[in-house]
Amino acid sequence: MFIERHSVGLVDSQSYVFGSPEDPLVLDSGHTLGPVELVYETYGTPNEARTNAILICHALSGDAHAAGIHDPHDKRVGWWDVMIGPGKAFDTERYWVICANVIGGCKGSSGPRTTNPATGRPYGSDFPLITIGDMVEAQKRLVAHLGIERLFCVVGGSMGGFQALEWSLRYPDQVHSVICIAAGAQLSTQAIAFNAVGRHAITSDPDWQGGHYYDTGGPVRGLAIARMVAHITYLSEMALNDKFGRRLQSADRLSYDIHNEFAVESYLNYQGTRFTERFDANSYIYITKAMDYFDIRRTYGPLKDALAATTARFLVVSYSSDWLFPKIQSQEIVRAMIAGDRDVSFVEIDSPHGHDAFLIDTDRLTRITSAFLDGSQRSKPFAT
Amino acid sequence: MQHDRQRVNYVNTLTQTDWDMITSIIPEGSRVLDLGCGDCALLGELVTRKKVRGRGVDIDGLRLVDGMALGLPVYQGDLDDGLADFADDAYDYVILNQTLQVVKHPQIVLREMMRIGRFGIVGFPNFGHWSLRTGLFFGGRAPKSPALPFEWYNTPNIRVLTIRDFRAFCREENLRIVAEHYLILNQWRRHFLARHSANLMAHIGLFVVARNDEGQH
Repeated sequence: MFIERHSVGLVDSQSYVFGSPEDPLVLDSGHTLGPVELVYETYGTPNEARTNAILICHALSGDAHAAGIHDPHDKRVGWWDVMIGPGKAFDTERYWVICANVIGGCKGSSGPRTTNPATGRPYGSDFPLITIGDMVEAQKRLVAHLGIERLFCVVGGSMGGFQALEWSLRYPDQVHSVICIAAGAQLSTQAIAFNAVGRHAITSDPDWQGGHYYDTGGPVRGLAIARMVAHITYLSEMALNDKFGRRLQSADRLSYDIHNEFAVESYLNYQGTRFTERFDANSYIYITKAMDYFDIRRTYGPLKDALAATTARFLVVSYSSDWLFPKIQSQEIVRAMIAGDRDVSFVEIDSPHGHDAFLIDTDRLTRITSAFLDGSQRSKPFAT
Repeated sequence: MQHDRQRVNYVNTLTQTDWDMITSIIPEGSRVLDLGCGDCALLGELVTRKKVRGRGVDIDGLRLVDGMALGLPVYQGDLDDGLADFADDAYDYVILNQTLQVVKHPQIVLREMMRIGRFGIVGFPNFGHWSLRTGLFFGGRAPKSPALPFEWYNTPNIRVLTIRDFRAFCREENLRIVAEHYLILNQWRRHFLARHSANLMAHIGLFVVARNDEGQH
């Protein structure tokens, strides 16, 4: 077994169940959910007062397995292993790092694949629609369960950034700092549009069966197409071009075949198919819906006023080639916070990797994040 | 970076640096925006010595990392694009130290500064200094000095201005000059006697400016 020196090494997922009939999770939609299971992982150790906790919020297809390996034979490490570990950006020798699967997902936390206690069968599309706020509400229960009064930092990229923002708005007194990467104050029209295409691909697959497909194979074709579309939005035009250009997949000359003429087609096919092996189609629908609903203005009023109520120190990061969450959307948050005299820093990282850059281009993100966390240890929010 | 260091080395030989001057100008507890703040060292000093509430702006995100580690709020942006994310009158003092001469659109930058802040502090190398004039006159080469150690082909200073140029610029922009400080030899001066010789004698000019409608400094 080889474990990289700066790895958190072998880790286990844990589970927390809450939401008894007397105390269910009340969702933004008005529905209630319970019991609720949250699967999570922790890295590093809590200090005595439990003031060194950093909550990592994952993106659409992420999960609680953010760092380390589950099995000595694992070839794959957690999705943000490069950022979490001894001496890394989220230094597990100093911080207690926590990452939980969102509700609505398919990696252990309650979601459409979970058994509905009312029917004894998977919820399927009977699972209530959830919001980013609901995800945070569930995380809040976990954080309380772990004995944390105030998170030192909540951090996330993309949908994780939404959750980090939501934390600072919903529980302003319980968040010392926020790192919001490649996100925005709402999901853009364009992004909603792409999500809609993905959902249509799933729901128009006959195997979706109205969302109750768990006895059969499920809408794998639809889900694969949804992933293919989404995957394009995560990459920049330049990244796609650099990676594939107009290269042909298997021949030197055109085969005049409908499928897989170009390398990029084959790549997307592969990405789509592989995704269906690890993700549930209903979860894809629920989580993209949650992203669509995210809109700080709708929930909390004008952006400046809404963010003026936050007390956390903020670091907002955008990536130069990200067209799904372009810089302007990060700047919107920053502008509102500056206008509201909040403690906000803004950095744009130059990267060719598009939206996915926060998972790939982590060298500079590491430097920026470490510095921000160091600064956050020194400072109190300068205006409350 | 190399040139930054050269300049810093030069400034370090002074009994009072431009930072000391700026620090002495800014009242305790002011709101300060530092444009072209680099690693935020000046801002850090201002926070420590003058308890200011500050924010740093620089085009280079990685240099801002040092400021972040100090716990300072920073903003990565290009001054030439304007500063639309900053509201009118949001700051008491906006600092533009050793930056005016490297921007593409000094007029935009200065107007943005004076929109955002009540007072502007502008420090720049004086290209009217006698040694630069004689260097050009006698040597026939693009002038250099301890404050301007660059070659013509690698200088970041794309805007060549003198103290008199800046005074005229302020007039055209309808700005009131609240105070002028000059670095002459290695002493900072603001005496009226120095005023007339500053354009010839000063290595660096440091101006405090305000909009004409602004109150007293």
